[in-house]
Amino acid sequence: MSLDLRLPMGLMFTLVGIILVAFGLATNGNTELYARSLGINANLWWGLVLLGFGLIMFQLGRRGQKRSANLPPPEPGTTEVRRGH
Amino acid sequence: MVLYFVFVLGIGFALKRYMKTSKDFFQAGRALPAWICGLAFISANLGAQEVIGMGASGAKYGLETAHFYGIGAIPAMIFVGIFMMPFYYGSKARSVPEFLRLRFDEKTRALNACSFAVMTVFSSGISMYAMARLIQTLHVFDGLFHAMGRPAGDIFTFSIVLSAIIVLGYIFLGGLTSAIYNEVLQFFLIIAGFLPLVLLGLRNVGGWAGLKATLPVAYMHQWKGVMHSSTNPMGIEIFGLAMGLGFVLGSGYWCTDFLVIQTAMASKDMDSARRVPLIAAIPKMLFPFLVILPGLLAIALPTPHTVETVTKNADGSIIHNIQVVSLQVEQGKGIVPAKINPVTGQPMLTASGQPLLDYDMATPNMLLHYFPTGILGLGLTALLASFMSGMAGNVTAFNTVFTYDLYQSYIHKGASDRHYLAVGRWATVGGILLSIATAYAAINFNNIMDTLQLVFSFVNAPLFATFLLGMFWKRATGHGAFTGLIAGTLTALLHHGLTLPIEAHPGIHGGWITVVHHYPSDMAQNFWGAIFAFSVNFLVTVVVSLATKPKPESELVGLVHSLTPKPAQHHLAWWQKPETLGIAILIGAIALNIFFA
Repeated sequence: MSLDLRLPMGLMFTLVGIILVAFGLATNGNTELYARSLGINANLWWGLVLLGFGLIMFQLGRRGQKRSANLPPPEPGTTEVRRGH
Repeated sequence: MVLYFVFVLGIGFALKRYMKTSKDFFQAGRALPAWICGLAFISANLGAQEVIGMGASGAKYGLETAHFYGIGAIPAMIFVGIFMMPFYYGSKARSVPEFLRLRFDEKTRALNACSFAVMTVFSSGISMYAMARLIQTLHVFDGLFHAMGRPAGDIFTFSIVLSAIIVLGYIFLGGLTSAIYNEVLQFFLIIAGFLPLVLLGLRNVGGWAGLKATLPVAYMHQWKGVMHSSTNPMGIEIFGLAMGLGFVLGSGYWCTDFLVIQTAMASKDMDSARRVPLIAAIPKMLFPFLVILPGLLAIALPTPHTVETVTKNADGSIIHNIQVVSLQVEQGKGIVPAKINPVTGQPMLTASGQPLLDYDMATPNMLLHYFPTGILGLGLTALLASFMSGMAGNVTAFNTVFTYDLYQSYIHKGASDRHYLAVGRWATVGGILLSIATAYAAINFNNIMDTLQLVFSFVNAPLFATFLLGMFWKRATGHGAFTGLIAGTLTALLHHGLTLPIEAHPGIHGGWITVVHHYPSDMAQNFWGAIFAFSVNFLVTVVVSLATKPKPESELVGLVHSLTPKPAQHHLAWWQKPETLGIAILIGAIALNIFFA
């Protein structure tokens, strides 16, 4: 499999994070909206958390892909040896 | 939300290029890393009944619900990783029914494959129905539909069709790999959606101590009063709990259900395959906080009541501001509403006159209660994701079992790999269409759902005995396994017909033959039924096996414990071995249990 799941996943959470942060900033100080979340700007804070998570995942995926690009692709037979009986 | 759907389908398209053989499609090419499979392993199970059901049980039974994890899942997951995975993965079987054919015979496999295929289709249909119903009840799309000039009744169809198209899309394109990738995505999404909910909820009631102060003592202790059935909310004593849930039901599910096993079988080598259930057990230990706590919090919150505030305007006119709370909400507890009889519009009552609560609404109501616009979308997407991951797992399990165990074995033998790949794709379509049909059948016959789930429990209850004997006793024979399975299922049926939980009427809840025993709760009835089914299957299999001719030992190498060489582990350091990981997880689980005792 040459598609590393961490890339699309990182990308998705980064985008979701950006959207939430943007919405959170735009609605910052809107006490009516945030009354239900106990006055906490849940969009802003959780958006930041997701943004961080997404970026980390994306970086990890990028690093993993670079590493596998530097190494020669393993021969199809080599993984078979490590398999159990 | 739209963004999520785009990504889900995008993964399907990106993976389409790699789907060249049926092995790629059905088994993900057996090339995935362990952590991905591990997360998919729990995510496949993290379907509708998990997120909604565990929240509901949390509200109904309290922290005791965590037993489903501590006793029901973790030990079984460790067991399957350490002891059973070598046979599943090592036997080169492509599905659980195929393993049964290798170990026993054709008829045992056919029985298992048929019941399994039927079960997956119906459960994904039930999942779909539950999702559409929920979306309808939450009224989240009402505005959108109003703007488009469509009646609100269309929401049901819209949700079903939309979820079906999405799940179909990514499985049709990317097969099991795509299903697994999406399950991992859904796993993280569910955490992203529910973690802030728990944090906000806990903050509101004043943290853990505050929650403890508002709820009755028994709700907050996992083990209190477990020695006797009358002293704990779930109404089951320790033996029934440990045997029924831990040994029979839990192991039966985690060790034999192809729905979860398929993700482990997709991993890249034996070490990874054995590590998959163990990796899955780690987040599983922490999941009670995510899915059970919302239910507890929902009960702990103050119940809304109708209030009337009077304000005087500057010009002297009086404005009555009445916040009307419907009877449904007022009769409820916390923010869990009462169940309303659709005919009379009055709350339904239990036999003792208390309003019957609609516990399934606990978690969804928590989302609506705490999340402002914005993050609410994320929470609802997480809820949808949980429905879809459950559905997708069922659908991939169905297409594999259908293609390998029914189509290739009985309908069309020896065709080309291309042909089977195409069959697998169309089996996906067929499976989803059947699920949709089930979802619609469930509207008209509400009882169908309960009945189906009941029948599945009869079929599943005795399964673990067959696998246990098959893997660890070389003398067990095909005839023994077959008769044992049938006898076990019949026992479960009979047990259900003869017993009844207190406060239920004979019928769907049991006692439809005649009532010879009353259980304190439906849980107790359920667990004991499983124990009986398991024991009967075990005994019948042993007796019939001893009377019939066993398979020659040479055919059982790799399938039975005593005839299989230990998986080579010399290349692993001690801390890399699955056994070490298993013990560490067990200690962690015990520690958590003691902490919440």
